[in-house]
Amino acid sequence: MLVVKDLHVSVEGKEILKGLDLTINKGEVHAIMGPNGAGKSTLSSVIAGKDGYEVTAGTITYKGEDVLEMAVEERARAGLLLGFQYPVEIPGVKNVYLLKAALNAKREAEGLGEIPAPEFMKLIREKLAFMQMDASFLQRAVNEGFSGGEKKRNEILQMLVLEPKLVMLDEIDSGLDIDALKVVAKGVNSLRNEDRAVLMVTHYQRLLEHIVPDHIHVLIDGRIVKSGDKSLALELEAHGYDWLQEETA
Amino acid sequence: MASQEMEQLVQREYKQGFVTDIESDTIPPGLDESVIRFISAKKGEPEWMLEWRLDAYQQWLKMKAPSWAHLNYPDIDYQAISYFSAPKRPEDRPQSLDEVDPKLLETYEKLGIPLHERAALAGVAVDAVFDSVSVTTTFKKELSEAGVIFCSISDAIKDYPDLIKQYLGSVVPKADNYFTALNAAVFTDGSFVFVPEGVTCPMELSTYFRINAANTGQFERTLIICEKQAQVSYLEGCTAPQRDENQLHAAVVELVALEDAYIKYSTVQNWYPGDEDGKGGIYNFVTKRADCRGDRSKVSWTQVETGSAITWKYPSCILRGKDSVGEFYSVAVTNGRQQADTGTKMIHIGEGTKSTIVSKGISAGNSEQSYRGLVKIGPRAKGARNFTQCDSLLIGDRCGAHTFPYQEIGNATATVEHEATTSKIGEDQLFYCRQRGISEEDAVNMIVNGFCKDVFQELPMEFAVEAEALLNVTLEGAVG
Repeated sequence: MLVVKDLHVSVEGKEILKGLDLTINKGEVHAIMGPNGAGKSTLSSVIAGKDGYEVTAGTITYKGEDVLEMAVEERARAGLLLGFQYPVEIPGVKNVYLLKAALNAKREAEGLGEIPAPEFMKLIREKLAFMQMDASFLQRAVNEGFSGGEKKRNEILQMLVLEPKLVMLDEIDSGLDIDALKVVAKGVNSLRNEDRAVLMVTHYQRLLEHIVPDHIHVLIDGRIVKSGDKSLALELEAHGYDWLQEETA
Repeated sequence: MASQEMEQLVQREYKQGFVTDIESDTIPPGLDESVIRFISAKKGEPEWMLEWRLDAYQQWLKMKAPSWAHLNYPDIDYQAISYFSAPKRPEDRPQSLDEVDPKLLETYEKLGIPLHERAALAGVAVDAVFDSVSVTTTFKKELSEAGVIFCSISDAIKDYPDLIKQYLGSVVPKADNYFTALNAAVFTDGSFVFVPEGVTCPMELSTYFRINAANTGQFERTLIICEKQAQVSYLEGCTAPQRDENQLHAAVVELVALEDAYIKYSTVQNWYPGDEDGKGGIYNFVTKRADCRGDRSKVSWTQVETGSAITWKYPSCILRGKDSVGEFYSVAVTNGRQQADTGTKMIHIGEGTKSTIVSKGISAGNSEQSYRGLVKIGPRAKGARNFTQCDSLLIGDRCGAHTFPYQEIGNATATVEHEATTSKIGEDQLFYCRQRGISEEDAVNMIVNGFCKDVFQELPMEFAVEAEALLNVTLEGAVG
C-alpha cells in the first residue's frame, strides 16, 4: 500500500533521511525504532506532508500514487492520517466541530454528502465511550487545556471517526501513564484489520507490548539498518542501539 | 507553509464591488456655507437646524485633522468631495417595496439583503439608507403601537424637534473632534430611535448603509435614546461598491441611556477596503459614544470590522450613572493594505461602574492594525471595575499589530485588569487541521472564527452568522 524508495530528506540544508526504503502492505503493523535524532519523526512528517522538509531524492507512493504530489489535505482524505506527538491547541474551536469538518471533508472527497447530524452524534458517542472519554470533550476547544493523556486519546478518537487506511503514530506513547497507554492501545488495536496498516514511531519497547507489530525497523542515522519481527524489540531492549550502530559503521 | 504561498491567497476581489446605475441628485464638489444651506434646504430643515450646522462649520474651519493615530494616508481634500447625493425623485418616495426602483432592489439582492424577505421573515424593521436619503421604512406601525420612534434623522428633525434639540450633540458635542464638526455641518441622514420609559423595543432595529455615488462623502448621524427601563437592540451593517476615488465616511453615533435602560448596538462593517494596492477604499472616521446617564444603565457595543482602507473608530461609554455598565466587544480584520486604528474609551464617573473590553484583532496581508483603548476612572468612581482583554492574531509576516492601552486611575478603590496576547496564526494549527483532511481555507476560517468566538457570541443570532460569513470572505485567500 505504501512504498518508500531511497528517500532522502533535508531540513534546513541538513540531510536527515539518507536513503530510506520501506514497504508497508495492508493489514500490517510496522514499528520504527531508533535513537534520538535518527529521523523517526521525519519519516511520518514527510509522509503527512509537513512543511519544512525537503525531499531531495527518492519516492513515496501510496496505492500507486505519488504522495509527494498530493496536498496535505488530499493525503489525509486518501487515508494517510498522522497521530501527533504534540497535538496543537486550537482555542475557540470546539472538538466536535473539528471532527465534523474533518469527517465531512473526507466524505466529500469520497462523493458522499454531509453526514446527517443524528448519525454523526451517534457515531461520536460510540467512539467516545470506547475511548473512555466524557461527552464534555466535544464541547471543549481542540486540545486546549487537555492533559497529555487526553490529547493522545483525542488523537485516537479522531482516527476512530475518520477511519484512515494508514494510521501513522508519532511517539503516541510519550507522556502517557500506563492506564492511558492501555486505552490508547485499545483504540489502535481496534483499528487493526486486513485493509488497514499502522506505522508507529516509538522510542520505547513498552508500546510494542500493547500494540504488537508485525515488523520492526531500526532507524539509525537516516537509514533503516535492521528489520525484523517483534522479537527484534526485545533484542534492542537488551542491547540498546549501540551494537547496531557498530554493525553499520 | 511558506509565507510566499500565504501571499498568493491574500489576493482577492471585493465581492460586493459593483455600481448601481441610478442617477444621483449630486451637487458639485466643494464645501462652504452655501453647500450647508443647500443641504439644509433640500431636507426642508427648520432655521435652528441650519444655525446648528453653520455653527459646527465655523468651528470646523478652525480645527485640524487629528494626526495621533497609527495611520498613514494622504491629506484629504475636503473641497474635492461632494456633500450631497440623493436618488432622484425624492418627493415621491415609495410607500411600499413594490414601488421601489427595481434596480435598487437588485442592489440589495446582490448585497445579500433581500429586503422584503429579511424584513418580513426576521421581523426586523429596516431603515435602509441608500446614499443619503432613506428609501424605505418598514414595520413603522408595530413600532409606533409600542411607542417606539424609529425614523430617519431628517424626519425626526421635522417631527420631533424637542427631542432633537434636547439630545442631538448632547453626547458627542459638535466640535468634539475634527470629524464630528464636519459631520455636524454636513450630515445628510441617519437613524433616530426613541424608546419611551418602560418599553422594550418589540424587534431588533436594523439599518443598512451604502455609499453609491462616486466621490460622495457620506455623513450619517444616528441618535438613539432609551428612557428609564427601556431597551433596544440596534443593528448596523454596511457595504459599498467598488470605486477608484477614496470615499470619506465620517459618521457620528450618539446613544443616551437613562435609568435602568439597556442599549445594545451591533455593527457589521464591510466598507470597500480598496484594491490590493490600497487604492479606492473607504476612509472611515467614526465617532460613536454612549452616555450612560442613568443609574444601572447599560450600553453594549459589539462590532465586526472587516472593511475600509482606513478605520478610525473608538466606540466609547461615559459611565455617569451609579452602577452603570459599559461593554465593548470587537473583532477587527484587516487584509491587503488596510489600516485600522480602533478601540474604545471607558470613562468611569459614577460609583460602582463596570466596563468590559474584549478586542480581537486579525491582521493579514500588508495591513496595519492598532488597538487603542482608554480606561479612565474618575475620582468619584468608587469601586469601579474594568476588565480588558486584547488579543491580536497575525497571518503572514508582512502585517503589523500594535496595542496602545491607556489607563488613568483617579480612585484607589478601582480594579483595572488588562490582558493582552499577540500570536501568529500557527502553521502547526493549520497543518493539524489539514492533516485531518480540512482544506487550508476552511482551516484558516475555523481558527480565526475560534479566535473571535468571545465576540461573536455577543452578536444577535442572525448577525453572528453574517459576521462569520463576512470574516470568511474577507480572509478568503489570506493564507496559501
